[in-house]
Amino acid sequence: MSIAPEWYLALAAGLFTMGAIGLLIRRNVLVMFMCVELMLNAVNLTFVTFARTLDDINGQVAVFFVLVVAAAEVVVGLGIIVAIFRRRADATADDLHLLKG
Amino acid sequence: MLPQILAATYVDSFTFGVCAVIVLAGAAGVILARNPVHSALMLVMTLFGVAVLFVAQEAHFLAAVQVIVYAGAIVVLFLFVIMLIGVDRVEDTSQEPLRGQRVAAAVVGLLTLLMVVFLARSSGWVTGASAALPPGNPGEDRENVELLGRAIFTDWILAFEVTSLLLVIAVVGAVVLAKKPPAPLAGREEPDGVRR
Repeated sequence: MSIAPEWYLALAAGLFTMGAIGLLIRRNVLVMFMCVELMLNAVNLTFVTFARTLDDINGQVAVFFVLVVAAAEVVVGLGIIVAIFRRRADATADDLHLLKG
Repeated sequence: MLPQILAATYVDSFTFGVCAVIVLAGAAGVILARNPVHSALMLVMTLFGVAVLFVAQEAHFLAAVQVIVYAGAIVVLFLFVIMLIGVDRVEDTSQEPLRGQRVAAAVVGLLTLLMVVFLARSSGWVTGASAALPPGNPGEDRENVELLGRAIFTDWILAFEVTSLLLVIAVVGAVVLAKKPPAPLAGREEPDGVRR
């Protein structure tokens, strides 16, 4: 018998919480981005857990698409960060409150 | 709850325990590390832990993709950008723009965690019916990759094609964003005078 799904779900909830806290307390844009990845991973873990528990492969299909969207999101997000850093020398999110280039 | 995890085999329990520690320690490292490079390396640790948990739940294909795409591509992209814009920028954590925001964020986060766990505990962690058996001869043990491939290329073929469109758009967008901006008009200064 393998580990009960509750444990995986609790772990995923903890991981999601840590990602959310990190997103709120950090000021570095890159680290905030990494915290978003942590939250995505937590949700992926719950998807896989439910796929196993309910014996349904579609949960894993959802994770597949989340992975693709995460990759695209990181590419565009880091492109935006590089474009911002080219104009401004500062690294913190607080300095980006002006919406004009 | 405890008898359940004790009923699991020794190897399963050990794997889960070690991976849970790795995942949570990596997440804490991402949050707490001063240097963004250390955060990225801690992120790799968390991603590996999640990949092992995928294997433990028989999602072999996703575990491989997790390592290849996340640890192999996304984190390397992060490191590239960190190197590009410089690692010597130390985040100034001494000043808080909003007073008490960090403490409030941590408290609210923990409360949210407690609420989720409490709700799940009081009304059941997993609800819903099991899916019908996947297509194929009954009793035949099918590989995870085969099942996933069949699902993606039959039921979810439209979503799969839209995914390719999304990737093309992302690539074009990244190229456009990364292009050097056109030279400013003569006599026009940058607002903050910073050109890099």
